Amino acid sequence: MNREEIFTNVQSIFRDIFDEEGLVISDTTNADDIIEWDSLNHINLVSSIEKEFLIKFALGELATMKNVGSMIDLMVKKIHIKEN
Amino acid sequence: MKFQYPLDIKNILRKKNSLKKDLLQNNNLIEKNIAILGGSTTSEIKNILELFLLDSGIKPNFYESEYNKFYEDSLFENSLLESFKPEIIYIHTTNLNILECPNLNDNNEEIEALLKNEKERFRSIWDSLSKYNCSIIQNNFDLTVERYLGNLDCYDIHGKTYFISKLNQYFSDCARDINNLFINDINYLSAYLGLKNWFDESLWYQAKYALSMEAIPELAFNISKIINAIFGNTKKCLILDLDNTCWGGVIGDDGLDGIHIGNETAISETYTAFQKYLKLLHKRGVTLAVCSKNDFKNAKEGFTHPDSVLRFDDFTVFKANWSNKNQNIIDIASELNIGLNALVFIDDNPFERNLVSSQLPEVIVPNVGSDVIDFINHIDKNGFFEPITIEKDDINRSKYYEDNKKRASDEATFISYEDFLISLKMTAEIQSFNPIYLERITQLTNKTNQFNLTTKRYAISEIEHISKNKNYIKIYGKLSDKHGDNGIVAVTIGNLRKGKCHIDLWLMSCRVLKRDFENAMLDELIKQSKEKGISVIIGYYFKSEKNNMVSELYKNFGFKLVESNSAKSIWELDIKNYKNKNKVIRVTNE
Repeated sequence: MNREEIFTNVQSIFRDIFDEEGLVISDTTNADDIIEWDSLNHINLVSSIEKEFLIKFALGELATMKNVGSMIDLMVKKIHIKEN
Repeated sequence: MKFQYPLDIKNILRKKNSLKKDLLQNNNLIEKNIAILGGSTTSEIKNILELFLLDSGIKPNFYESEYNKFYEDSLFENSLLESFKPEIIYIHTTNLNILECPNLNDNNEEIEALLKNEKERFRSIWDSLSKYNCSIIQNNFDLTVERYLGNLDCYDIHGKTYFISKLNQYFSDCARDINNLFINDINYLSAYLGLKNWFDESLWYQAKYALSMEAIPELAFNISKIINAIFGNTKKCLILDLDNTCWGGVIGDDGLDGIHIGNETAISETYTAFQKYLKLLHKRGVTLAVCSKNDFKNAKEGFTHPDSVLRFDDFTVFKANWSNKNQNIIDIASELNIGLNALVFIDDNPFERNLVSSQLPEVIVPNVGSDVIDFINHIDKNGFFEPITIEKDDINRSKYYEDNKKRASDEATFISYEDFLISLKMTAEIQSFNPIYLERITQLTNKTNQFNLTTKRYAISEIEHISKNKNYIKIYGKLSDKHGDNGIVAVTIGNLRKGKCHIDLWLMSCRVLKRDFENAMLDELIKQSKEKGISVIIGYYFKSEKNNMVSELYKNFGFKLVESNSAKSIWELDIKNYKNKNKVIRVTNE
């Protein structure tokens, strides 16, 4: 799975969790850009991503994610390790 | 009911917003005020519980305590909760809320004091909340994942496992004593899911959820069952198919000696286990009914089997006939004088399940599959019959329905059965015998008893002979529908003598009854007869113990009766002006 595919898939998870069909995200999107993106929805988001991609985030990793781009970079690494 | 065991956890968690919108389309929702007092984060529990309640017709208004304020909210003056007027208070506490577990250097008295302290804390919560005059649902305690004393943890007085078990025992005792206190048994639920799946340390440290995301829908589902039971929103009657549901095999074909029930084989044991479970439900007040495509006599005989756990008398209504099941279920509801929404229907056959759920959407039709091993879970884990107390009343309820049984004289009309058949998208292959099918055809002639006009048995050599002989019309029928391929299910053999076709054999497998497949078979028989210059068809019905269901087949086809006595009848049809009868099956003979 390449970064673009991961990105598209993550966008669809964002749309489900924040209940907005037309939501468009970019690498720089962060919690300030989406009103509903509070700490509880963050947990729901991460949990859905973990289930969809069958990966796990460690505690510290979650704290360092500044925006969508850095989250996807981390996912690319994890998925790459899993696929090899 | 959208949500049933097994829950699609991933989808529920991710799509909860759109699921909720769909459920809110229902205009018949009843509002209820539900307060959630949590000892840990409850946000997602509330969201998912809302889905399950909406699905069962309840629109909840929620009060949610601040994080870990279950004790304060219960004990102290709380004008917000008072003005909310809760109808249910749910207390979501877990082992993480136990104030103090025993220390290794505590002696027996000190541990007793800790226990007493914890008991009194919860007792004071329930006592204080009694002022709201509403039902209280209280979690008991889950065990902890780690056991610092290993196996000793469950029996040394210093063990956490031991301590928690004592507390749970106390909670159970209190729930028996205190009206309106109900236990949400997370001790069972966490064991059922597995403690390692139940608790997610990472989620605890990040968000203070005392259980994993995956466990939240299971917890909420369990709570919704209790809430429904409190509001009397449970099912009353379990309707059962017979063949391959209550016993293995087909009683009409296999006979009383041939069905699988008892302890002789693994497969028999599974049906026995299912019957035992049903018997327990029956004893605690769940009404049982039968809805089976069978001759009444055969069906009733099944419960005289020496190993049968259930007896004919255990069923309040017993519908064994050849009518459509949706019609029979309407009759069952009216005889019991209960609504269709109080019924649960269990059948191994996907065709019947689809018929009933599409024609009677209020009836619960769990997707039980065809393996009897799964049936109990689909009844048990869905909590259709969740009781809140066992009362004498419940135990006698079945009797009540029996006493009130009244025969509805007028049959509710069913208009769209033909439409239903069309919706199945049936396709058939109806052809003269083909060498690769001779074995299957021979087998069918030897085991089909019910839809079998002459019950003539054939050896493979005879079938081979007929397949090559020009003086016979010999056709088989294969039937597929949107549920899958049924394989070869019908065979007709006609012997041509002096310009007439004498039907030596006409049989069809029980699994495709009521599909109008016999019409398609007759069309093909008559087409081939005409090609061979035949103008008259002669049909024979030889009465057997099992084939009463087809005694009128030729009459219904429009044949004229030539002669009859108690053992047989002979029928005749002039085919010059015959018009094809099949309207619902697409016949593809490539």
